[in-house]
Formats: sequence, structure tokens, C-alpha cells
Amino acid sequence: MSEAAVMHHAVVEPQESPLTPESWGKLGMWLFLAGDAMSFGCLIVGYGILRHASSNWPVPKEVLGINLTAFMTFLLIVSSVWMVLALAAIQENNKPKFNKFLGLVILGGLMFLGCQAYEWTHLLTHRLPEAGISFSNSLFATTFFILTGFHGMHVTGGVIYNTCVLAAVNRGRYEAKHVEIAGLYWHFVDLVWILIFTFVYLL
Amino acid sequence: MTSAAHSASTYIKIFYVLLVLTVAELAVVYMGLPKLFLAGALVVFAVWKAALVAMHFMHLKFEKRTLAVVALVPFVLCVFLILMLMPDIFPH
Repeated sequence: MSEAAVMHHAVVEPQESPLTPESWGKLGMWLFLAGDAMSFGCLIVGYGILRHASSNWPVPKEVLGINLTAFMTFLLIVSSVWMVLALAAIQENNKPKFNKFLGLVILGGLMFLGCQAYEWTHLLTHRLPEAGISFSNSLFATTFFILTGFHGMHVTGGVIYNTCVLAAVNRGRYEAKHVEIAGLYWHFVDLVWILIFTFVYLL
Repeated sequence: MTSAAHSASTYIKIFYVLLVLTVAELAVVYMGLPKLFLAGALVVFAVWKAALVAMHFMHLKFEKRTLAVVALVPFVLCVFLILMLMPDIFPH
């Protein structure tokens, strides 16, 4: 390398992130996810406290459709596998394979949102009125929709994020390290859903 | 650079474990076990699944230990939150 290039390298190139040598963005994403975990944590703890304090909380599996939700859980888990395979593909420089798997992740996310839209509609138009539950008389309803809605927003953001990453990689602007960061976000969304599924639907 | 050495077969194996755990969760709910046992089993399954996703898919198992500490802190804080709210959860 020429002397000028070495000097330029020494001045401009940032040091590696000590915790995440792959990229600074990876550390940034982990820190963001730690904060986001606190947001979800506070909502879940708040939900738990309200439920514990209530004497007439509905039994979730009698009001909510846990079979559909189990399928939604399966969807997110399988899309996490696809995400990890997409990352492996781009690390091997296999663009078609990467496109296939990230495309599947996006599709999985859209299917999850579709199921959630159906679930919400069915709850609002049938199940909740039948059970005599409304927003004005039931913390069950408010906490349910806030928790699943906040999560659904994260899935929506993730679908958009992954779509942008797919486009950017194909335009040659993004590479493996960017896909790794997007993967972390998507796995986090899956992880939170695993917890919501257990504590809101099953327990 | 993260190694791509973790083969697809490992990830598929993890997927099957996650699938089995999800089915186990549903089974435990439909079996109608006593409340406390149900709660305990569900918490174990959920934490197990979350740990698998974090350790393998998010690669935490192979990262620097300090990063795992960063990831763990929110859960510790949430437990702390519950403990600090105990007087409101169980007022006497």
C-alpha cells in the first residue's frame, strides 16, 4: 500500500468495535435491542401485575384462538431459520440463495401480519362481544391489543427493513455484515413473540 | 468476520427442537394440568426456546461474553422491576 494510502487508512478507518469486530452497527443493534427488550419487558410485567390484581380475568385460551397463534409462532420460528440461512448464503457469496431465503423471511413476516389481522378482526367482531369483553370494561382487552399491537408494529418494521436490505444487497450497496444486523433484529422479534405467546395466550 | 462454519444442519436441528418445544407447550395447555405445574412447565419451555434463539440464531453462544451480558441485562432489570413492585402486587 502506498504511504499516502496507509496514512489515509490510519486517519479515517475507525477501530474495530471491541465487542463486535464484525461491525459497529452490530454493537449498535445489540444495544438498541437491549433497550427494546426493556420496553417489551415493562409492558409484559405491567400486564402480569394487572392480571394478578384482577379477580375476573378471562381465561385466555377460552377467548383467544391459540391454534392460529401456535401457527403464527411456527411462522416466526421458521422465518428465523430462513434468516440465518440467508446470512450464511451471502457470507458464501451465493446471491440467488440469499435472495430466496430473505424473500422467504419477508413472506413469512407478511403471512404473520395477515394472520394477526385476521385474528384481531375475528376477536373484535365476534369473540370479544360474545364473551362480553369490551375496551371500556376489560383490561384483558386493552393489555392484549397493546402488547400484540406493539409487537405487530415491530414485525411490520422488520418486514420493511428486510425488504430494504434485500434491495440494497442486490444494488451492491449492502453486504453480509448488514444482513447480520438485520438478522439480529428479526430474531429479536421472534424471541419476543415466543414470550408473548406463552404469557398472554397460554398461561 | 463471523464464520459461516455453522452448517445449515445445526440450524435445522435447532428448528426441530423449537418445533418440539412449541408442540409441548400446546400439549401441556390442552392436558389441563394443575395451575402451578402448568405455569412452571410453560415458563421452562418459553425460556428454553428464547435461549435457543438467542444463543444460536443470534449467535450469542459464539460472541464475546460481554455481549451476552449486554443482552442479559434487560431480563435482570425486569426481575428487579417485579421485585420492586412487590408491595403493589401483594399489598398488606
